[in-house]
Amino acid sequence: MADLSCKIAGISSPNPFWLASAPPTDKRYNVERAFEAGWGGVVWKTLGEDGPPVVNVSSRYGSVDFGGQRMMGFNNIELITDRPLQINLDEITAVKKAWPDRALVVSLMVPCNEQAWKDILKKVEQTGCDGVELNFGCPHGMSERGMGAAVGQVPEYIQEVTEWCKIHTSLPVFVKLTPNIADIKMPARAAFDGGADAVSLINTINSICSIDLDVMAPTPTVAGKGVHGGYCGPAVKPIALSMVSEIARDPHTRNLPISGIGGISDWRDAAEYISLGCGSVQVCTAAMRYGFRIIDDLVDGLGNWMDEKGYANLEDFRGAAIPNVTDWQYLDLNYKTIAAIDQDKCIECGLCHITCEDTSHQAISASKDENGKRTYKVIDEECVGCNLCYLVCPVPKCISMNEVDNGLPYLNWTEHPNNPV
Amino acid sequence: MTADIRCERLDPEEIRQNFSELHEPLTELQAIQESARCLFCHDAPCVEACPTDIDIPGFIRKIASGNVKGAAKTILNENIMGNTCGNVCPVEELCEQVCVKYTAEEKPVVIGQLQRYATDHVLENWVQLFKRAPVSDKNIAVVGGGPAGLSCAHRLAMLGHTVTIYESRDEPGGLNEYGLAAYKMLEDRAAREVSYILDIGGINLETGKTLGEDFDLAELRRDYDAVFIGLGHNTVNALRMENENIDGVYNAVDFIELIRQEDLSTLPVGRDVVVIGGGNTAIDMAVQIKKLGAESVTMVYRRGFEEMGATEYEQQVAQTNGVLIRTHAQPHRILTSDDQLSAVEFEYTQMDANGRLAGTGETFVLPADQLFKAIGQALDATPLDGDDIPELTGDRIKVDEYQHTSLPDVWAGGDCTPGQDLTVTAVQDGKIAALSINEYLKHG
Repeated sequence: MADLSCKIAGISSPNPFWLASAPPTDKRYNVERAFEAGWGGVVWKTLGEDGPPVVNVSSRYGSVDFGGQRMMGFNNIELITDRPLQINLDEITAVKKAWPDRALVVSLMVPCNEQAWKDILKKVEQTGCDGVELNFGCPHGMSERGMGAAVGQVPEYIQEVTEWCKIHTSLPVFVKLTPNIADIKMPARAAFDGGADAVSLINTINSICSIDLDVMAPTPTVAGKGVHGGYCGPAVKPIALSMVSEIARDPHTRNLPISGIGGISDWRDAAEYISLGCGSVQVCTAAMRYGFRIIDDLVDGLGNWMDEKGYANLEDFRGAAIPNVTDWQYLDLNYKTIAAIDQDKCIECGLCHITCEDTSHQAISASKDENGKRTYKVIDEECVGCNLCYLVCPVPKCISMNEVDNGLPYLNWTEHPNNPV
Repeated sequence: MTADIRCERLDPEEIRQNFSELHEPLTELQAIQESARCLFCHDAPCVEACPTDIDIPGFIRKIASGNVKGAAKTILNENIMGNTCGNVCPVEELCEQVCVKYTAEEKPVVIGQLQRYATDHVLENWVQLFKRAPVSDKNIAVVGGGPAGLSCAHRLAMLGHTVTIYESRDEPGGLNEYGLAAYKMLEDRAAREVSYILDIGGINLETGKTLGEDFDLAELRRDYDAVFIGLGHNTVNALRMENENIDGVYNAVDFIELIRQEDLSTLPVGRDVVVIGGGNTAIDMAVQIKKLGAESVTMVYRRGFEEMGATEYEQQVAQTNGVLIRTHAQPHRILTSDDQLSAVEFEYTQMDANGRLAGTGETFVLPADQLFKAIGQALDATPLDGDDIPELTGDRIKVDEYQHTSLPDVWAGGDCTPGQDLTVTAVQDGKIAALSINEYLKHG
């Protein structure tokens, strides 16, 4: 079996699967259950300044259900830990002592002044934890108080706070980035320039999951009112993958370690993040939906896939997809695929036809014989190879997209005669 | 030896449980999960297979989105008895047989149960989805208050016309009320559906009025602008055998009617029971007498399983309820003891050289306290007699594609016309006839 051990920013863990800073990592009880289940590490739920803890509301989560399935998207309006700082610190100390081989990173969020960061770092260092993660991402509540995303949206603040942290601790510093910005490269560069040992992304996305049409208020609803919350779950994975790839490709941050976060539900999702350069991955929604036992398939599935592919360890494929993420202008405009339908597999649902006919290129014909047997056929001359039919077809491997050998050489937009520039 | 026939072979509570519904209604969770399985096919095969052309993917998508009322309207607009049909349609031979999920996974979307889920919603909450067009001055007579007649009447009422239904029994509903197996149509569901249909207004109901006795076709044609005949089957096929009329021998349809209408613990039930026939009536009879406590129930059919009118699913229902099905045997003699039924002798059958079914000469005897005949029903056209009678084809009323008979102002549909004898086809016949009558009334 492939070696799944993971090392990122100097922190080792037996596998790359960490639980993200969130409700599942708020207490020793939960974290120890996760470690017993086999999780490689956790990022402890964000600690704040010493003093009266924050107060959380009742009704905290919202869900986007789809096709009869729960929580395709998920959001929350919970703040940072609402437990006294010392209790958290004591529990972190005890957990790290009991589980020395697991990664234990502590998420932090304090006001934007050097003393506040210095104070919390000194306290956290004494727990024996492996690193800290600066929460510059929380999009609700804390951002109204000048913390979380309010910092993460200003690259100068990110750099400054990161620099303070690097001065006041020797622990590895992860900077957790908010996706609620125009260009993820800017905060990533700021973190890098501030000396961050790694970035974690994405934090949650500004969102309203739904409007309760009976009370006419956003969900989750608190006494008839709602606010935007942080969106996560399978629905956000494409956004996160794109942002991770931007940082991985950016010459400025090319070697900056990344802990990938966003909708990771199974081993394949994790492999995709690692292929884009992530050193570890962080999971929350999938665990909140099913419990910690999903770690079994995450570990087992990733290992089996790596064995099948001949990857001995994570480094063997980490970043392997980065060279193939390019800019649109460099795509080969002479490359051509067309769809083919395996008539033996076709169950005659007609979705390929109607979607192509109504919304695309009228490239799939429909016919019916006297027995009612329906036949859907690709009209090769009309097919632009868009993939729509391939994507809507419910039957695995019924529609394939086949490359057409047109004998034409690689030609991108920069060289294309239609390009006016 | 005397026949062992008695009531309450089982404890009344056990009988009650035996007659609980074949399919429990779907829960909201089941409906959500099941509707999510529908692929929303283009040119969906299920729609083509539905005799009433219900937009099945359309109504299932509405269930999935939580628009259950809209789903019910999609169904009932095409099939006003969609609730009954959701329960009793042979979906395994219609919509569900051609469901692409059956092709793909051998597990079709449970269209019938979803249909019932949606229509239960409007019937239980009494949401009236239909209203009449501005009232016309046209009056139509409908003969027979079964599915065909009710469907025709409802559509005509929707179109603004005024309808009078003549029904020979005490209650409308036809075979839905009197003929469907009790474990498929619980409680007062048939009556509830009829009330919903009549609730639209403009439909007068004359019960206890029999064609050929209390009125005749000529009168109706004189007094009304158009006539629809939905007589159904009014006679039962006979074995034409000695002893056919002795105690212990029943027409299955008569007994099924008793099961629907009477207290179950008052019904006479034999220890050994034989049912003759291969259709769904035979199955319904065999299953129900078993549920009432008969010890051995044997259903005997003269041809093979494949030739049976009963679907494979229905055959399985019988078998899982403990009914023994024997094929390739025809009744030979009804044996008696003290003027009571004691046994039935059967002769084995096979195909002869000309491809015709023939007895082999070999026989076997099944002891029987009760014998139920379920060998088909027919139309006795005598009540139609008069100067002008509609043309027949075989023993049914001949109609064109608009359910129009040979008489210019008379339409017909349901079991008295050719085609499959199903609730769903009767409803379609009535609907098509109503639309055709409407055209006729507009344009003459």
